[in-house]
Amino acid sequence: METLIAILIGILYAAGIYSMLRRSLMKLVIGLILISQATNLLIFDAAGLTRAQPPLVPEGLSAPVGPYADPFPQALILTAIVISFGVLAFVLVLMHRTYKTIGTDDLDEMRGTDL
Amino acid sequence: MKILIILPVIIPLGAAIVLLLTLRWQKVQWIISVFSAVAQLIVAVLLLKFVSQNGIQTIQVGNWEAPFGISFVADLLSAVMVVLAGLMGVTVTIYSILGIDSRRQSFGYFPLINILLMGVCGAFLTGDVFNLYVWFEVMLMSSFVLMVLGGERAQMEGGVKYVTLNLLSSALFLSGLGILYGEVGTLNMADLAYKLSLSPKSYLVNIPAMLFFTAFGIKAAIFPLFFWLPASYHTPPAATSAIFTGLLTKVGVYSLVRSFTLFFVQDAEFNHALILILAGLTMLIGVLGAASQYEFRRILSFHTISQIGYMIMGLGLFTTLALAGTIIFFIHHSLVKTNLFLISGVVNRLQGTYNLKNLGGLYTTFPFLALLFVIAAFSLAGIPPLSGFWAKFILIKAGLETGHYFIVSIALVVSILTLYSMTKIWNEAFWKKQPDEQPGEAPAMIARLSANEYFSLIFPIALLALITIIVGLFTEPLFELARRAAQQLMNPSEYVRAVLGVEL
Repeated sequence: METLIAILIGILYAAGIYSMLRRSLMKLVIGLILISQATNLLIFDAAGLTRAQPPLVPEGLSAPVGPYADPFPQALILTAIVISFGVLAFVLVLMHRTYKTIGTDDLDEMRGTDL
Repeated sequence: MKILIILPVIIPLGAAIVLLLTLRWQKVQWIISVFSAVAQLIVAVLLLKFVSQNGIQTIQVGNWEAPFGISFVADLLSAVMVVLAGLMGVTVTIYSILGIDSRRQSFGYFPLINILLMGVCGAFLTGDVFNLYVWFEVMLMSSFVLMVLGGERAQMEGGVKYVTLNLLSSALFLSGLGILYGEVGTLNMADLAYKLSLSPKSYLVNIPAMLFFTAFGIKAAIFPLFFWLPASYHTPPAATSAIFTGLLTKVGVYSLVRSFTLFFVQDAEFNHALILILAGLTMLIGVLGAASQYEFRRILSFHTISQIGYMIMGLGLFTTLALAGTIIFFIHHSLVKTNLFLISGVVNRLQGTYNLKNLGGLYTTFPFLALLFVIAAFSLAGIPPLSGFWAKFILIKAGLETGHYFIVSIALVVSILTLYSMTKIWNEAFWKKQPDEQPGEAPAMIARLSANEYFSLIFPIALLALITIIVGLFTEPLFELARRAAQQLMNPSEYVRAVLGVEL
């Protein structure tokens, strides 16, 4: 299962980078979304997947017993999802304003500040 | 006194909330902003004094014990950086009162500056890698908005590049963080250092190390990753560029220093050799890029890149003296480069353009500004006895001591080329006669600044220039401080003991 998800993460990264390298603003946003999702999955996968073993402490003990799913990466991902949600909302507004101000969504035409 | 560690984060947060509620009253905004900036600087200085006397201080947020909760750690390096952030906050806030137009102010310029300062101080003080990511995002979010606040075409174009590359860097950082957690099982920096020192050489740790290096490298604008910086730093108003160059790139370099002295030390030969090579290239490419530019702030942006190379060089040499040089360079560069950006703003206010070809004659119309420029520019180039001389001297001495003659020669050549660029600005903007014909745009020229503008715009510049001179003339106590901070970095056992209470 971990290998399968690792392959999926690779595909998502590749697709994200490919979209970012396109010339359109909208595809740039899609690329960013794909990469941030791939990253969330990567955290999940790298910490190890454990099925059906919630990290609950049995009554009378002070620590969970046996193999249990690590809750920490899930907390990390939750934080990362919230942050990326806020950031992507800003990015969408920025792209919209950019399109309105410059009048094109072609990144190759936004070179006024490069030289 | 533990509250001092967290106050540099809380003060700007509180100020930002109050400022958001009083957005309609401009004068109230000014008073609260200056007040909170000064309060933050005072707290930062007290924190530095406290840490300097009593060693590394930690606070466990929410009273969760060290590897489980979030630790805030103030060692000497963090404390010095927080003082710098406070100083930048005070000068840029005063400058912004009249340096930022009232339309931008009414859209929340001052709250954003405070949130930026909160993010920066949080990043300096945190002792947890994931928390560092969160502070990065806080800082980035406000810098994104500051970058495009005003909505000019150039700002939008620069903003898209800035936002995209910084988000990519955050994603890389987060990927590295995930792999690191999977490998080591902790994200507390001290715990990472402890656990990694126990395990034998682990090759999987090199992957997060390089991902962190790339992510922080994008934020710090080192050699192959710097292209967003000269494309965006000259687009917002001068005050915003000044605080960006004074603080934001420093956060990237600070994170590099922290991670590659504290926990990514298993494979030091490879990592630090790589850092050293990239430092040389960063210095050289940055300064050559500046040589071909004729826009005031673009020259300064390229020089920021080249100076980042010097800071990384200290990390690459990886001795106590070299890291002390890096820390002195942090201080020197924040003072001087912020000052130069502020001066460029005044020049723009006087002559209505940043283009060197259209500028001129400022030496006759405003000799005091010319003097201030010379102080900052000479310091940047490394002329004794100003701050830049000592920063470069210490780094070069460290390079000679360890026998890295090639990087030392690059550093010296780059220094001369820096002087060339500063001479170019001096000749074009201050010395030559103002060109009669104004090709293209007709700039709005004003003969002199009003008394209020004198206070708001010139006072911060003069203050920073004065500190540059003081740092240059009385380097000894500062060097002693930097050397002690570098010793803490080179010997992380004190850090680990302060956070975890175990011996490394």
